Amino acid sequence: MYVILPSTRRSNAMQPISKHTGLVMPLDRVNVDTDQMVPKQFLKALTRQGFGRNLFYDWRYLPGEVPNAQFVLNFPRYRGASVLLARANFGCGSSREHAPWALLDYGFRVIIAPSFADIFYNNCFKNGILPITLPDAQVDELFRRVDANEGYQLTADLPNQTVSDTQGLKFHFDIDDFRKTVLLEGLDDIGLTLKHEGEITAFEQRLHPQATVYEAVDFKQ
Amino acid sequence: MYDKIWESHLVRNVSGEPSLIYIDRHLVHEGTSPQAFAGIEAAGRKVRRPDLTFAVMDHSVPTKNRELPLVDDNARLQFEALARNCKNHGVRLFDMFSRNQGIVHIIGPELGITQPGLTIVCGDSHTSTHGAFGALAFGIGTSEVEHVLASQCLQQDRSKTMLVKFNGKRAQGVSSKDLILALIGKIGISGGTGHVIEYGGEAISRLSMDARMTICNMSIEGGARAGMVAPDQTTFEYLEGKPFVPRGREFNFVVDQWMELPSDFGAKFDKTMELDAAQIAPQVTWGTNPGMVTSVTERVPDPNSFRDPDEQKAAVRALEYMALRPGTPIVDISVDRVFIGSCTNSRLEDLRAVARVVRGKHVARSLKAALVVPGSRVVKAKAEAEGLDRILREAGFEWRDAGCSMCIGMNEDVLPAGERSASTSNRNFEGRQGKGSRTHLVSPIMAAAAAIAGHFVDVRDLAVDATE
Repeated sequence: MYVILPSTRRSNAMQPISKHTGLVMPLDRVNVDTDQMVPKQFLKALTRQGFGRNLFYDWRYLPGEVPNAQFVLNFPRYRGASVLLARANFGCGSSREHAPWALLDYGFRVIIAPSFADIFYNNCFKNGILPITLPDAQVDELFRRVDANEGYQLTADLPNQTVSDTQGLKFHFDIDDFRKTVLLEGLDDIGLTLKHEGEITAFEQRLHPQATVYEAVDFKQ
Repeated sequence: MYDKIWESHLVRNVSGEPSLIYIDRHLVHEGTSPQAFAGIEAAGRKVRRPDLTFAVMDHSVPTKNRELPLVDDNARLQFEALARNCKNHGVRLFDMFSRNQGIVHIIGPELGITQPGLTIVCGDSHTSTHGAFGALAFGIGTSEVEHVLASQCLQQDRSKTMLVKFNGKRAQGVSSKDLILALIGKIGISGGTGHVIEYGGEAISRLSMDARMTICNMSIEGGARAGMVAPDQTTFEYLEGKPFVPRGREFNFVVDQWMELPSDFGAKFDKTMELDAAQIAPQVTWGTNPGMVTSVTERVPDPNSFRDPDEQKAAVRALEYMALRPGTPIVDISVDRVFIGSCTNSRLEDLRAVARVVRGKHVARSLKAALVVPGSRVVKAKAEAEGLDRILREAGFEWRDAGCSMCIGMNEDVLPAGERSASTSNRNFEGRQGKGSRTHLVSPIMAAAAAIAGHFVDVRDLAVDATE
């Protein structure tokens, strides 16, 4: 376990997450890619804020930004959801961190799926979103319960690594210890790395001739 | 090979925390970097190694006349931010007027910034392209871009490894694009998740660097963050004389080091898979992810033919989106537009292959447009010196300036809703090329042949080879 120093708390205000209870929204599709979460026209931004209104834009809106009543995000029963229940390989495709920014800005703090794409999974931890991987059968059971119970809520308990509801369901999930600590404490991982400045410099000086760039004298920019 | 590069880049390796690895080259573009620069500035940090950082404008650049003022204010603001950030932090920038400008994954190798044995990252998932040189290269999110800017390091866990061997020889008319699409069709778009793929076998070692880059580029479409090919004589010949590659005796010295990189005989991989390259036909995607792919000789599949219920549902949805009926022969699918470009297939060899197919012919009357967007201005200049632009123009193609263009449609090169493309790019996701657009991923010569015929054809019937 890590020793937490005040200086390693994150400066750009990543909210720590420990125990979260919220309304569950099911998204019953496999391979949801990050192009769907935030289409390209919204990538031309300079800040991390304000992406929530564009989340799942092409699915969510009809022409003229009229909400598409067929899309689950617009169902009244899921208004205010903060736990996203998804299918396999969630977040595949583009590395755009705009995807977790949009999910977070919309209000999602926890995502549960049988599997996640690598880059997206990693990006979640940088933004205070807890991605929980559960076996297929357990995810199926959660989909059944969301469907059967309007207002269905789940509690994600990060310290104890459990997902539970009020009907006695309780699933355990695995998570890397370091990532868990980062989320629990809202750590600034860049600050953590920079504490090893001495080791980085030593590496550059002693071990690493590649860390210089050759450039031809006649190169024209 | 992965293990060798991994171990030689460990700055810190303590149990209970992720490894800290050193990053040799950091490539930056306008789309995923503004928030990262803003982050280091807000924290009072600086760019640790501006000399190892290279920036380029590519995602939103216009491919028509760049001298005209930009009509897209948001794009303009991003370009201005990148220029300002690079100036303030001393980072080299290839702006949209540089003679070396192009798609980040095209110019890295072309300038020799990409070299064997290096760790290379970029805020773009197709960074896997650079693995074709025997580098460890992968895409990262913006927070990690900030991390590398500030520390030149990344916290990483070691990946699993997967060896994919393409045995035998490709048939004439079969491109590296077909090899990688066939692999993704087989393992699925999450088959490589958590792994770094090393590609080997006779069909790979015979490929040019341009073609190897196509393979590694699409590793991410199979879920793998990185793909690699062992460096060999083909690699060294490509790199010799490139602007950022050492010359003379120093070159011989680095080549000796590079020759140590290939995996040792009997190296262990977490997964191994073999494909017979001779059995692979030209591929065409029919659905809304790169794993929904089949041979040009086949038909659009029936969703009921999939065993997994989730896959069945996904296929139904994909066919609805694509407006395709099960059982339709692939060659009966007509296209509205053809796009030759993207970090997957926009290098000189790709353009030469397209020119061989269309020379003396003309695109079908039914076609609304056919675009050729060279991957870089260097590619463009070389192609023009060979007269390829003339051949392509005479055949009815538009000849554009370099950039990401219609692969992602962040500039004005957008595929309109309801229209169908034959595209040499890497993603056929819903809305990728434009909201409501329908993308079929194919090789450059398959796209060229579709442009001429107005529908897909088996390019093997034309007796044109994919490579020199």
